[in-house]
Amino acid sequence: MLYETVISHADLADKATKNPWPAWLDILQSSTGLFLALFMWGHMAFVASILLGETAMWTVTRFFEGYFIFGKSHPGLVSCVVAFVALAFVAHALLAVRKFPINYRQCRAILFHAKAMRHGDSTLWIWQVCTGFLLFFFVSAHLYQMFVWPQDIGPYASSDRVWSDSLWPFYLTMLLTVELHGGIGLYRLAVKWGWPNLSRDILKMVKWGLTAFFLVLGLATLGAYMKIGFEHRAQYGERYMPDRAADENAGRGDGQ
Amino acid sequence: MSAIIENNAAAEAAEPRQDRWLTFNILRYDPTDPGSAPHLRPYRIEEADSMTLFIALNEIRERQDPTLKFDFVCRAGICGSCAMMVNGRPKLACRTLTSSLPLENTLAPLPFFELIGDLSVNTGKWMRGMSERLRTWLHAREDKPDLRRIEERMDPDLAEQIYELDRCVECGCCVAACGTARMREDFAGAVGFGKIARFRLDPRDVRTDDDYYELIGDDTGVFGCMSLLACHDVCPKSLPLQTQIAFLRRRMAMTGTGL
Repeated sequence: MLYETVISHADLADKATKNPWPAWLDILQSSTGLFLALFMWGHMAFVASILLGETAMWTVTRFFEGYFIFGKSHPGLVSCVVAFVALAFVAHALLAVRKFPINYRQCRAILFHAKAMRHGDSTLWIWQVCTGFLLFFFVSAHLYQMFVWPQDIGPYASSDRVWSDSLWPFYLTMLLTVELHGGIGLYRLAVKWGWPNLSRDILKMVKWGLTAFFLVLGLATLGAYMKIGFEHRAQYGERYMPDRAADENAGRGDGQ
Repeated sequence: MSAIIENNAAAEAAEPRQDRWLTFNILRYDPTDPGSAPHLRPYRIEEADSMTLFIALNEIRERQDPTLKFDFVCRAGICGSCAMMVNGRPKLACRTLTSSLPLENTLAPLPFFELIGDLSVNTGKWMRGMSERLRTWLHAREDKPDLRRIEERMDPDLAEQIYELDRCVECGCCVAACGTARMREDFAGAVGFGKIARFRLDPRDVRTDDDYYELIGDDTGVFGCMSLLACHDVCPKSLPLQTQIAFLRRRMAMTGTGL
């Protein structure tokens, strides 16, 4: 048997050499969380382009499909981004689940602790765990859908999915959970690593301000997709074509 | 010191409330008595001016129930013996003015530590274990220092920083308030991190960050901290636990990864 296997099995690996893994795992958990939270806000900003009009959303979609660089849409580029985000998501979930209460004793201990202590940050952590648990399912489903059908992103395609495919409850739940989880996570990152070096009251104020902003933006955006989807229900499956001459050369509208 | 002055100022500022009768529902239990079951027993006392919870408990014990168990030594927030859960939060009884409490109160022993009986817990046993595990004593260059030699000089600012962390009285409030410790009993706790931070500052200690990484560089140490920061919020000595834990996390992350 290998030396490493023998001493690791005997729980003596840390005594033999310095184990860098705990440090790397902590950094990776934080860095993947930071990336995902920032991505989530950027994603929300792009999705919210529907509030500026269908053509604006169509333009953003085409931009990420490389239309303005290659002169032709490549939805596969979106799949590549989704695959990278999925990788970060799985890594973050795997690392974060280490901190979850994993048995009855731990669940009972932390719940009664938070209830008795009435301590804001401890309660926030429980919210973070609950929303994180829900996101295992919601984000996985969303990422799979976007990875497999990247061409179905567009003003009409997305709206049809939200309304006619009845996915608005899914997006509404995901919006609430992801905004809460990401906002609390960024706040916790700041206090965990001590940067930015601001008081927790200020950090919390910024955190709740940003969460409220993105929730309002997200709800307005979801409402816009629902409205378009409702109005477009009779033409379900039709793709958006902007009224521009350049579009005639695009080879397709949204999702073609 | 500033916290003591603040408490005194608060005491002076607090207007004496006439005829306030306080109820303390105290968790009574004797783990050594097989017939004993945990239960809340109410005690009523009349509040006096500048009364602390410690004084109230003494009055209850002297006039109502001599069997009530709770710990105290210094009565001045120095020994850390009288920590208990006051309405769900850890506090020092001697530093808690009854004027800051509502009429109805619940008192319980600190969780996490070995229960001796009623409000009395054996924090010393856990603290000793933590201290031995984290080796929280000065590791000097020489095994047998020359006691006749004049001590090396220390920069007053550095001495002040060390003293700031040395103010910890090991009351156990930070551990009782820690959600991580409640879930994972092998967690070192803020008191342990504070001591590591203290010895790390001390130029007389020969240990390096590599040595400290061996002690707290894992999930039972600083990487296990979920930064709920109740430790910081309940510390009766107002120690800067939040900044110290964040600093240790950065140092240990850099030491472990070699970044």
